[in-house]
Amino acid sequence: MAKGTNDAKLLIQSLRKAYAATPTSLKIIDLYVVYAVATALIQVAYMAMVGSFPFNSFLSGVLSCVGTAVLAVCLRIQVNKDNKEFKDLPPERAFADFVLCNLVLHLVIMNFLG
Amino acid sequence: MGATSNASPAPLNSALSSFPSLKALKFTTKQQELLIRVSALALIYVLAFVVRLFSVLRYESMIHEFDPYFNYRTTLFLTKNGFSEFWNWFDSESWYPLGRIIGGTLYPGLMVTAALIHRILHFFSFAVHIREVCVLTAPFFASNTTLVAYFFGKEIWDSGAGLVAAALIAICPGYISRSVAGSYDNEGVAIFALLLTFYLFVKAVNTGSLAWSLASAFGYFYMVSAWGGYVFIINLVPLYVLVLLVTGRYSMRLYVAYNCMYVVGMLLAMQIRFVGFQHVQSGEHMAAMGVFFLLQVFYFLDWVKYILNDIKLFHSFLRITLTCAITVGVLALSIGTASGYISPWTGRFYSLLDPTYAKDHIPIIASVSEHQPTAWSSFMFDFHILLFLFPAGLYFCFKRLSDATIFVVMYGLTSMYFAGVMVRLILVAAPAMCLVSSIAVSATVKNLSSLVRAKSKSPQGSGKPLSGSKAAAKASADQSLPFQKNGAIALLLGALYLLCRYAIHCTWVTSEAYSSPSIVLAARGHGGGRVIFDDYREAYYWLRQNTPPDAKVMSWWDYGYQITAMGNRTVIVDNNTWNNTHIATVGRAMSSYEHEAYEIMLSLDVNYVLVVFGGVTGYSSDDINKFLWMVRIGGGVFPVIKEPDYLVNGEFRVDKGAAPKMLNCLMYKLCYYRFGEMTTEYGKPPGYDRVRGVEIGNKDIKLEYLEEAFTTSNWIVRIYKVKPPKNRW
Repeated sequence: MAKGTNDAKLLIQSLRKAYAATPTSLKIIDLYVVYAVATALIQVAYMAMVGSFPFNSFLSGVLSCVGTAVLAVCLRIQVNKDNKEFKDLPPERAFADFVLCNLVLHLVIMNFLG
Repeated sequence: MGATSNASPAPLNSALSSFPSLKALKFTTKQQELLIRVSALALIYVLAFVVRLFSVLRYESMIHEFDPYFNYRTTLFLTKNGFSEFWNWFDSESWYPLGRIIGGTLYPGLMVTAALIHRILHFFSFAVHIREVCVLTAPFFASNTTLVAYFFGKEIWDSGAGLVAAALIAICPGYISRSVAGSYDNEGVAIFALLLTFYLFVKAVNTGSLAWSLASAFGYFYMVSAWGGYVFIINLVPLYVLVLLVTGRYSMRLYVAYNCMYVVGMLLAMQIRFVGFQHVQSGEHMAAMGVFFLLQVFYFLDWVKYILNDIKLFHSFLRITLTCAITVGVLALSIGTASGYISPWTGRFYSLLDPTYAKDHIPIIASVSEHQPTAWSSFMFDFHILLFLFPAGLYFCFKRLSDATIFVVMYGLTSMYFAGVMVRLILVAAPAMCLVSSIAVSATVKNLSSLVRAKSKSPQGSGKPLSGSKAAAKASADQSLPFQKNGAIALLLGALYLLCRYAIHCTWVTSEAYSSPSIVLAARGHGGGRVIFDDYREAYYWLRQNTPPDAKVMSWWDYGYQITAMGNRTVIVDNNTWNNTHIATVGRAMSSYEHEAYEIMLSLDVNYVLVVFGGVTGYSSDDINKFLWMVRIGGGVFPVIKEPDYLVNGEFRVDKGAAPKMLNCLMYKLCYYRFGEMTTEYGKPPGYDRVRGVEIGNKDIKLEYLEEAFTTSNWIVRIYKVKPPKNRW
């Protein structure tokens, strides 16, 4: 039991230390992802309290959060210098793709919101 | 390739210089290759269009079959009334008295595409009628499919394979069967959308670019708007992702490609009203969502493993996360399924996994001839040499495995399984077969021709004076080579012969089997001349011109779409078959005695009854042959109709020995009214039914509640008027 909590403490410490080493730009993207997921969870909790009508509005709200979180993660992957697969991709192109996909996502959301 | 290219420019340049006008143009090898490729593609494009035009040349430019008439009617409505009216259309002319919400129960892709093409043509002052656009939409999109097949082949193997794939799919009978000119059906556009989506997704996985992934999401949206078969895509792509994860071939590009496509694609797909919320509620779409969550967990763990350099700590973290994730997942899935929130697989798709399901539970699905399991002869008929080139292509794919070839292999295998379950799905397998076979053809031809070409160096080599040992070595090498070269030439000629036979077979199949409009029948007369039976259109136009505009017509559901489109009258049931009870009511009316049927017809406000009868011409797809299905479907809802009542010793007969209920039911009376006096064949008694091959049992038919309104010139379509109820006294 004590070993378990010890393990968990060690785990969290090493995670914190390793994460502190990541560049600031990636940390900003991570913050954005956490914010989007938190918003999605708040919406789900609200739906659980109030009921799911109108369902299309609920879906569009949750999916816009989840969608933009996922796209931000894709941006993080493409911009991260440690990923050798994407070393030829200029970060401006990655960001432009991110903006384009978000634009399409939110246009569809606005149509779906009802 | 580089070594042999020196040999090629010389003969080509000499050929070119023989044309005085082309002397000034000296193409480099690269330019020559580009010219050959572009001209080959252009010819393939035109070929794919032209080979589908047989029925337009033989009969006229008209819409075929049954379903396309509904699509044509909705497209007509769309061009006349605009998109907003179309999207919110409630149709009171079919399924009387229920009506049908057309805007919410169809896949609008095909109609919107045709209306768009029509509008563009009108913008450029080509005043074409919408019917011509509808008739030629499918061949046009078949040509576009060959282009997509070329790019797809180039992506998975090389440009040679792309060219072969384009050529194979241009004339593949499996695809032609549903995309001839006149076959204005969803599949004509859907196969183009399917292949486009797959190509864009494979491109996204190969490049890892968000832009390509977004494009594949749009391709998926087009596919969802076009055909219900999009369920295949939304299940194959997650399965592919799963296979890549399990075999360890995953990479960051896969994450980017799948996530963007899934989220944006799902949102776009939900804009189609007919699809609605199925992506989050239906069991058929849950695989995609499951893989989506699995991917998040998987890549999160991968990232944690990367930043934590310690293995042991990572293992404990892994244990915690996995147990949490699996518990949450299983809990969510079981609660969803148990509470009924996640609906189970619908009958249409469940019968693909369990082929015996439809026969026992849903007779309507089982009765459609396209839903029957496929016979070997159909496979040979529709695929010809692709049948043995497919395994050869699989071998080549496994030799050079990449993300793209794994996808094509999976697409091929899953679509072949489904093609074996249902005849109609041979269409979905056709592009996969062509792609995989093209790899086999291209790789083989390339190897053989490189063997043939390599010979040209050795005669030059042995001609030069060389030192003793070198000459001896070259001489010994020379001896094994001549047989190899001859063998290679022979094999190349064999491959050429096979491909020529394929082309001949495809053209013959298209001409004989797949170019019939079904609504116009042709036969050979006694003198060998062609006889045309245009009875269907004759009957529908009679309805259009001789009945009051609010008349209601009762017929079996096969003819519903055609009656509303061409006859312009309200029908009771049509091909949409969305309401089984309504169809069962009509089936019950057709199989009851005349007075019982009259009650049902009065309750439905029926004014005219239409039946199809082939006994005079020998046309075998008539209502008497379909009668047992009417009994089964009617009996499925109303137990008063029992199938054994109509059979004698389990046999279906219409002659003197037939069951008494059969001899007096409404369908029998309407089909054989006045037929007893008719001589159909020389030497046979009057009332000889040419389809069943017997003399009918009940010749003296009297109708009490209906009267004959119209019989077409070859007795194929017969229309009866329902008499109003008699006065009280």
